[in-house]
Amino acid sequence: MSDHTTIPSSSKGITRRQFSATAATGALLTTAAAGLPLRKARAATPLKLGILLPRSGHLALIGQACQRGADVGLAMLKEMGYSVEFMNADTESNPDVGRTQAEKLIREGANMLMGAFDSATTLAIAGVAEQKGVPLVVNIAAEPKLTEQGFKYTFRNFPSAGMLGKGGLLLYKDMFAAAGVTPKTAVLLHVNDSFGMGMLNGINALMPKLDLPFQIVETIAYDPKARDLSIEVAKAKAAKADFVMTVTRLNDAILLVREMVKQQVETMGITSPGSPGMYDKQFLKALGKYAEFCSVNIPWFDPKQEMAAQLQQRFEKAHPDESCDLNVGFTFEAVLIAADAHKRAGSNDPAALTEALRATNIAKRVMIGGAIKFEANGQNMNLRSAVVQNLNGKPTVVLPAESAEAKFVFPMPPFKSRG
Amino acid sequence: MDATFFLNVTSSGLLTGLVYGLMALGLSVIFGVMRVVNFAHGDLMVVAMYAAFLLFTKLGIQPVPALPLVAGGLFVVGYLLQRVLINRFLGATEHIQFLLLLSVAIIITNVVLMVFGPDARNIQLDASFESYSVGPLVLDKVRVIAAITAGGVAALLWAFFRYTTTGTAIRACADNPVGARVVGLDVEKLYAVTFGIGAACVGAAGCLLLLLVDVHPHLSSDYTLLGFIIVILGGLGSLGGALLGGILVGLSEALSGVLIAPSLKSMFSFGLLILVLLLRPQGILGKKP
Repeated sequence: MSDHTTIPSSSKGITRRQFSATAATGALLTTAAAGLPLRKARAATPLKLGILLPRSGHLALIGQACQRGADVGLAMLKEMGYSVEFMNADTESNPDVGRTQAEKLIREGANMLMGAFDSATTLAIAGVAEQKGVPLVVNIAAEPKLTEQGFKYTFRNFPSAGMLGKGGLLLYKDMFAAAGVTPKTAVLLHVNDSFGMGMLNGINALMPKLDLPFQIVETIAYDPKARDLSIEVAKAKAAKADFVMTVTRLNDAILLVREMVKQQVETMGITSPGSPGMYDKQFLKALGKYAEFCSVNIPWFDPKQEMAAQLQQRFEKAHPDESCDLNVGFTFEAVLIAADAHKRAGSNDPAALTEALRATNIAKRVMIGGAIKFEANGQNMNLRSAVVQNLNGKPTVVLPAESAEAKFVFPMPPFKSRG
Repeated sequence: MDATFFLNVTSSGLLTGLVYGLMALGLSVIFGVMRVVNFAHGDLMVVAMYAAFLLFTKLGIQPVPALPLVAGGLFVVGYLLQRVLINRFLGATEHIQFLLLLSVAIIITNVVLMVFGPDARNIQLDASFESYSVGPLVLDKVRVIAAITAGGVAALLWAFFRYTTTGTAIRACADNPVGARVVGLDVEKLYAVTFGIGAACVGAAGCLLLLLVDVHPHLSSDYTLLGFIIVILGGLGSLGGALLGGILVGLSEALSGVLIAPSLKSMFSFGLLILVLLLRPQGILGKKP
């Protein structure tokens, strides 16, 4: 700009011939730039991916886990030839902040958005994405509306609540078939927050439809912030059910199992149809041998995928004290999906990126399931829950059989026989 | 649900109640002598829990052997807090004292948050997973250890106030501060010692509670509230009342959890509080003003 303003003033006027020559040169350059060379230049521009996660507020621990997944994955993706730059934003576990941050990222040049762990915030961001015509890749959020509301720019590589609940419950049939033992009764202990109550409603609605071989004889709700679960466990013990089903968070999962050991609650198994806690590193560390054989039915890393092993190794090296769990895996995959679409689109134009996302077909991935492909509504249907059981101090895939690293242990050995 | 089940639940509630009682003792001692309501009570307990946590993780000292160290440390903290800060506000109106101690509570919570972060911490002992079987009764080992220790500390405190010269002098200050000054007692110093003793009780309770619950910075408000419920139930200023209040809260939580719903158990402590306030506002063992 400064050159253009100085030259005319120093030359003190310009001849008609000089003007024509300059204009012709300019026109030539513009024409050339409008063709293929510009397209190549754009393709070489890294994707500006706006990452929206709850890194503070009540979901901070999970938001930070997701962020670690993105950060560890970035180096891997660069080695694989992808070109991505992160624009990080904190949603503060608040949908309104999430919406504002999404608008800010787009204003500052984000070509695509990724996030945002919790359903309410993700819905708010999906609204912004739709309004601005910028694609959004959902790492984790189970709210069905995200892919049932007709959004054109939202793509979700995570099961909806319905898929999650049904997938988790259906696996019980496979679990008992694999074990060769079918229990008849269960007691359900669950947190009474919105997640726990949602799961309870889902379980109550699906149990009769899925024709499961057992009955839930007692349902015990508790506050996730409970300091002591001795009464809840005493009640569960009195129910004399064959096995214990749980819907937990982390701290209460530790309290629950510790109290079961103290009260000598010997049961065939402690299983969750799909909740956090029992696969967490802190759970394994706090309970040691008593954490063994607890199992959770959730989407998980596919041990047969080389990329999963690579991600887990890198994660362990970078964060030896943190859990490499589904938050890490799905966030990595969301970044992979975004980077892959950018590479195929050869452009940073949101419309081209959206079209490329629609045509996604990624067979080499980290989570269990088929190739990542999106339906017309933006949902990836090739997602499966796995049975993850704590064996030898590590969450281990035991079902489905094609991804299993070990056999499902059921009934579990009694607590008192564990030395 | 059979009799064994109720017996197990009742014994668990009773044992937990004893530890609750010890925690509330400190609050009751401070109010009984100085007429100051310590709103930083739960925060001092959280500090004690973190101190016990550090002694265990860094030096391998288990919470029960660490109890004298932590209680001693908290005595010093309480003594200095009273001497340096609270003493200046003893003549002030109640709402000024309330704001002062609330400010102290907020500062403690945030300092703990800055130092230890928001995560819950716990310690694992072999005893954490063990229980005693007495016939059909299954008693949680750490709960038994905590309850016995709480009973011991409460007995020591009672003996201190009953049989030592300092204890008698503190009781004199509580009964008649003017008279205590007239006979030449250093009331300010005795108040500081009292606050120190109250804080030491909280320190002891913190060590024992670490055996039962995970510690995190925001635990303090829960326990301040619980402490108030207990001392109001038992009678503000009464040592026996604090223990009785603790046992009543422990039992009501346990039995309401079984008979109604575990998620509603805290509601019954508040229900009991309202009932006592209606029928006997001075508390079960409290004296009429």
